[in-house]
Amino acid sequence: MLLQMENITKMYGGFSANRSIDFSLQPGEVHAIVGENGAGKTTLMRILYGMEQPTSGTIRVDGREVTFDSPLDAIKQGIGMVHQHFMLFPSFSIAENIVIGSEPGKALRFDRRQAAEIVKGLCEKYGMKVDPEASVGSSAPGVQQRVEILKVLYQGAEVIILDEPTGVLTPLEVQDLLAAIKMLSKQGKSFILISHKLNEVLDVADRITVLRDGAVTGSVAKGETDAYQLSRMMVGRELKELNRTPAVPGDKVLELSGIGIKGSRSKAVLDDISLSVHSGEIVGIAGISGNGQSELLQVISGLMQPDQGVVSLGGKDVTGLSTRQIREQGLAHIPEDRYVWGANREATVLETGLMGHQRRMQSRGFMKGRDIREMVSRWVSKFSIKTGSLATSTQYLSGGNLQKLIVARELEQGTPFLIAAEPTRGVDIGAMETIHGELLKRRNEGTGILLVSSELSEVLKLSDRILVMYEGKIAGELRAEEATEEKLGLLMAGGSIQ
Amino acid sequence: MEQLFDLALLNTALRVLTPILLAALGGALCARVGLFNVGLEGFMLLGAFSAIAGNYFFGNVLLAILFAILVVLVFSFMFAYLSINLKANVIVVGIAMNALAAGLTTFSLRALFDVKGAFYDKEMVGLPKWNIPVLEDIPVVGPILSGHTPLVYLAFLIAGVMWYYFYRTKSGFRFLASGENPLAASSLGLRVQRYQYGAVLASGVLCALAGAQLSLGQLTMFTEGMTDGRGFIALVATMLGQSGPLGVTASSLLFGFMEAISIRFQGLALPTHFTQMLPYIVTIAAMFFFKDKSFLKDAQKQGSSSR
Repeated sequence: MLLQMENITKMYGGFSANRSIDFSLQPGEVHAIVGENGAGKTTLMRILYGMEQPTSGTIRVDGREVTFDSPLDAIKQGIGMVHQHFMLFPSFSIAENIVIGSEPGKALRFDRRQAAEIVKGLCEKYGMKVDPEASVGSSAPGVQQRVEILKVLYQGAEVIILDEPTGVLTPLEVQDLLAAIKMLSKQGKSFILISHKLNEVLDVADRITVLRDGAVTGSVAKGETDAYQLSRMMVGRELKELNRTPAVPGDKVLELSGIGIKGSRSKAVLDDISLSVHSGEIVGIAGISGNGQSELLQVISGLMQPDQGVVSLGGKDVTGLSTRQIREQGLAHIPEDRYVWGANREATVLETGLMGHQRRMQSRGFMKGRDIREMVSRWVSKFSIKTGSLATSTQYLSGGNLQKLIVARELEQGTPFLIAAEPTRGVDIGAMETIHGELLKRRNEGTGILLVSSELSEVLKLSDRILVMYEGKIAGELRAEEATEEKLGLLMAGGSIQ
Repeated sequence: MEQLFDLALLNTALRVLTPILLAALGGALCARVGLFNVGLEGFMLLGAFSAIAGNYFFGNVLLAILFAILVVLVFSFMFAYLSINLKANVIVVGIAMNALAAGLTTFSLRALFDVKGAFYDKEMVGLPKWNIPVLEDIPVVGPILSGHTPLVYLAFLIAGVMWYYFYRTKSGFRFLASGENPLAASSLGLRVQRYQYGAVLASGVLCALAGAQLSLGQLTMFTEGMTDGRGFIALVATMLGQSGPLGVTASSLLFGFMEAISIRFQGLALPTHFTQMLPYIVTIAAMFFFKDKSFLKDAQKQGSSSR
């Protein structure tokens, strides 16, 4: 199926989200759209999927002009979309989730057995394995994504739109997904892949279109480009190289000895973890998520009590102290999940920014309104956080912008020790550059930083020492100079490097 | 104890649980599409009143029930429009509906019949009692199951139909889907609002029947505020039954049985006000068992998405 979008413009009031964009997709092609947050990628796809109407411009399928008033129209034309946030029904089974909308069965009856058969057939045809009877809510994100893809295939999609498909996946699941894309495109399905992870894009895409500020800045074939050129097209300027000087570690700021947490079964969640972070160094923790990193951070920040072992911060034993006491002892924390630990959706940007600073920013029980506003607006301009105003509700910030706000807030604490968990999850290249720069600057100023990230490239780029966690243990330690992706990958999978 | 428990007690239980069951099924429909219908009480009260009014004016039980359904449908449409189209807070709308129904029935009682407190006319005919042939002759089962109004049997039939609809039909599957994740459902082109309207209007019909059973089932009269909190007990039955037809039926059975016992206690010369507390005490006790995990789960679901 040949798909063409011509001269698409979308205006929201005076703001143009898309400016005369041309885009085309050949049968069997994987066409990636890359761009910063807010560059207009998602708007363009929402137009293609019938969720929004373009202000002007035309869409053609096999040369015929079409208009999509709702996703249903797009689905009928063979266009399917896998949303960034999965559109699934957690309490339903996988089979039910796949067939919904065109369920099998005679007349009014919904034949669930037949649905399971259909799903088995789909799995075989497309070489993607899922258990039709399992419930979606208890499946891993990688499986949920497969369910989404199978769902659009069941709907008869020839064109599949994937919006930021790898954001929630582990590296292994990403590999599976990329393999599935390649295989399906050989069977004639075409893909539109929206992403800002350039290595993934360069791996699978046949053609790459770059958007910036709502307009196309370039469309290149796979062989003709590299990550460097793409990122320059995305950001619109040269990216600064990170300027790394060798670390000058000072005193120990954080020391963990013999931390253990019992698991539900025989396997321990954390097993005898000992590590230390010195001032002026970044210690990176690599590992596939779910190997104890989250629990480790919760133990350090006082959100969880270890069953054994001692945590000391700045030379003082803080085991068993409350989160507040630990923070006052000198800890700032960029949490791994910004919505669970980092922000209150209902609160305004100003209030979210104030969190953790509230005791400092008051006098005699009254909040210092002007000072707080100054502080938060300073961050907004420094990190170019895109928000309507300081009074905007946090839930309307895009994930990347909220992340920048939280990073700014925690950096402002000025503590001698900082936990940075997934500090750049979901943020675009420009913001990533800023955040990385700030972290390095803080390290040069003498802060000890514990960096936990599921992005190997990030760990490699920033860390002075790298620890790998596997099944609740520290599987190995590498100095920055000797660490490579291969060595880390091996340790992360439970192997050893000798 | 022999005076307390006998077959007639169970017979009474079936009779008094019917309004609760009908309303609770309506509540379950609404809850399944994400609209927590606090207005059941008001719907039921209005149903009870308009059933009596219909009965008085048309002199026909069937027309009376149809009239009650029509009136409550209009009333529930208001609830639907306010909470679905205007996106008003459902709890507030529900409470407003209850207050409105209470005022409207009291006012109409005076305006139409020129009486205060209660209306009774000996010309009015109540719902018929069905003595089911064969069944009524079976010992034990007969005296319990036979001799009820058609609405009692209809209530259980509706519970069964609802179960079939939810778990065996395509439309029911989509109905549940629209409630579980409205965003995902609308991205598939399902018309979520249509299901929501359907649920609210159906709950209106069910509450009208519940009200008719109250006012026409036993005494054929209307008294101010005669629902007496049954709508709220139905709400608890909805939650206790996890908004599933079978669970709702089971919890309605529990509440109906408790109410029957409280009526029986009155016969044993216990103070009326004390025995009337019984169903409510059970309601509160039931709340302890309903430490619902699904709310917690929902909260976590809300919190943990990373975009």
